[in-house]
Amino acid sequence: MNKIYLIIQREFLSRVRKRSFLIVTLLVPLAFAAMIIIPAVLAGNSNSSTKVAVIDKSGMFTGQFHDSRGTYFKFITDQQPDSLKRHYADQGYSGVLLIPEIDLERPSGFEYYSDAQASIALEHTITNNLNSVIERKRMEVNGIDKAKVDAIRADVTVEFKDSKDEKKGSSAASFVLGYASGFTMYFMLLLFGTSVMRGVMEEKVNRIAEVMISSVRPFQLMMGKIIGIAAVGLLQFLIWGILLILLSMALPVFMSPEALQSANQAGSNPEMAEAVQKFSFMLGKINWALFIGCFLFYFLGGYLFYSSLYAAVGSLANEDASDIQQMTLPLTAPIIISSIILVKAVADPTSPLAVWASIIPFSSPLVMMARIPAGVPGTVPYWQLLLSMVVLIGGFIASTWIAGRIYRTGILMYGKKITLKEATRWIFSKS
Amino acid sequence: MNLLEVQHLKKYYASHKAVDDISFNIAQGSIFGLLGPNGAGKTTLLRMITGIFYPDSGNILLNGKHFDPMNDLQAIGYMPEERGLYKKMPVAEQILYLAQLKGLDKKTANTRIRHWFEKFEMNTWANKKVDELSKGMQQKVQFISTIIHEPKLLILDEPFSGLDPINSNLIKQEIFNLSNNGTTIIFSTHRMEQVEEICDHIMLVNKGHKILDGSVKQIRQDFKQGLFRIGVGVMPNAAQMATWHFTIVSIDDHSYTLKLNPDSTTNDILLHFIRQEIPVTYFEEILPSINEVFISQVQLTENLAATA
Repeated sequence: MNKIYLIIQREFLSRVRKRSFLIVTLLVPLAFAAMIIIPAVLAGNSNSSTKVAVIDKSGMFTGQFHDSRGTYFKFITDQQPDSLKRHYADQGYSGVLLIPEIDLERPSGFEYYSDAQASIALEHTITNNLNSVIERKRMEVNGIDKAKVDAIRADVTVEFKDSKDEKKGSSAASFVLGYASGFTMYFMLLLFGTSVMRGVMEEKVNRIAEVMISSVRPFQLMMGKIIGIAAVGLLQFLIWGILLILLSMALPVFMSPEALQSANQAGSNPEMAEAVQKFSFMLGKINWALFIGCFLFYFLGGYLFYSSLYAAVGSLANEDASDIQQMTLPLTAPIIISSIILVKAVADPTSPLAVWASIIPFSSPLVMMARIPAGVPGTVPYWQLLLSMVVLIGGFIASTWIAGRIYRTGILMYGKKITLKEATRWIFSKS
Repeated sequence: MNLLEVQHLKKYYASHKAVDDISFNIAQGSIFGLLGPNGAGKTTLLRMITGIFYPDSGNILLNGKHFDPMNDLQAIGYMPEERGLYKKMPVAEQILYLAQLKGLDKKTANTRIRHWFEKFEMNTWANKKVDELSKGMQQKVQFISTIIHEPKLLILDEPFSGLDPINSNLIKQEIFNLSNNGTTIIFSTHRMEQVEEICDHIMLVNKGHKILDGSVKQIRQDFKQGLFRIGVGVMPNAAQMATWHFTIVSIDDHSYTLKLNPDSTTNDILLHFIRQEIPVTYFEEILPSINEVFISQVQLTENLAATA
């Protein structure tokens, strides 16, 4: 067993010491952070400088609009619409809102001119302002007291609490988390599986395999590589975890103005406020210990399941590496299909497809990780989770056994092209 | 005493019999040449002796005990014909890794690595990566990593391929040193002049069968064809050479190659030359080279196989 430890050590160190390891490990979270921060910063910047020129032909709206933070309205009376439409940018406006003469019963013909695509927030602000002015005018016409209406208007918030019969709880948080963890799993399995395969191919093509096999059993060589690369993956997760924690501690410092702004904007929109509240509530509700534990389990289980098969395919390689492309198809296909099921499972985590795909080991690492954020044991009963884990453990034991038998023959087979059909015969050949 | 005894070893593949009932013994401290054309089953045979393959049937005894691939690997050093090293790994680290896999502890391994690096004058490239080295240098690295754990049985498959004459000589000298210190060596090659120079004992295999085995001297004796070469001071005329004791195979400048006829002796040849008053400058027996034995025997078995 000392030997397998030596092999694990070499596989681990030879990868971790490479400069590319450091680059990839640091670049991935930076890319993630950039994906979150840059849009937020950009959104913040564009909001703070949105000035809308308004030409009100009806005269009904003048001075009635509320400036919200980041969006300012300027009513213009001394310019013609056509010239303003052409020159608004020169005067420092982001766009022009044209309000025609309207019929209070059927208001229509509001137009907004801008070279840039109007943001959703801006659209909301403009329509909200228009609607509230029209509502107020209609109340006046119909003799309704606005103060009374305000008193009547209800403003309740629902508290979301844990409950067993929360069946279709595809809330935003579990949706996002399910997607993120499922697709992280997808990339990890493909990435690390191919890494194992390339390592095995290198050993075979370099002919080091024969030297190695005269010192260690083929199975030790294969498992050493698989475990060594798994350790690289776990180290990467650990670094990302630490970076994530550091980042989340540092983030409020950088994000505070934007965060305030988005909270403010959400405040002007009850639906958004509700969503934000629900989202943060759901994030808090997720059992993080269970989630992280399951993620690591399904990463390791799925990785062992697939990477041993990738190792077997790698052992079939020859000097001509192009053959290997088509031989990996039986392995990449189930992973890709799983990612399609994953999309369905996130939307409907209790559908039969999602349930069964989260139990079959070919797809369970992706699909189960998509379902778990929706709630355990609410959406995913304990028996399903347990069954899925047991099947995955059985799955990787079987796949490692099969792979070991293909590998030990393939790794020393030189010269001729090996077909998958021939390789399957090795599985059941006598030792 | 025999270090290795191989008894009725068989390894069959679906399409052919790679090794079909081969038996032989190798004496402790000897250099054993394994010869055979491509595809004769040499590599399969060696892979069974190194524990890479399990034989279908037959026994391998190492030091009189059953060969156990798990525990006896340390006793064996194997340098395959197709060399292989991790290309991106520094030289010293690579040898250390392979030595540790053979069960050497780090300290002993490092001491021996320093010793060999000094001996082969490779100290300057200890930290270079393997793919920065020339083929010949890689070969030396491979050789050191094969013998670093001081195996009792050293198996070398074409150890000189790709080496220049100087390095080739260096390795050859090392092989003799190891042999003198009691290491038993199996040496597989196609180059017959090396076999005659290096090996005590050879075995010829073809198509999975053993064709012959014995000491180099004995085999050359066994396959001699009664040919002699005689040097003459003055070229005689044809009449002077007429006798029933021998027939002339070829005439060269001041020498003849003769085939001794049955019932005659070498002294009959000499007496004939003396009586004819032809001055003899030298007289020698022509023994077949291992190469000639190899070619004739391989062709013989091929013909047998073809007619069978």
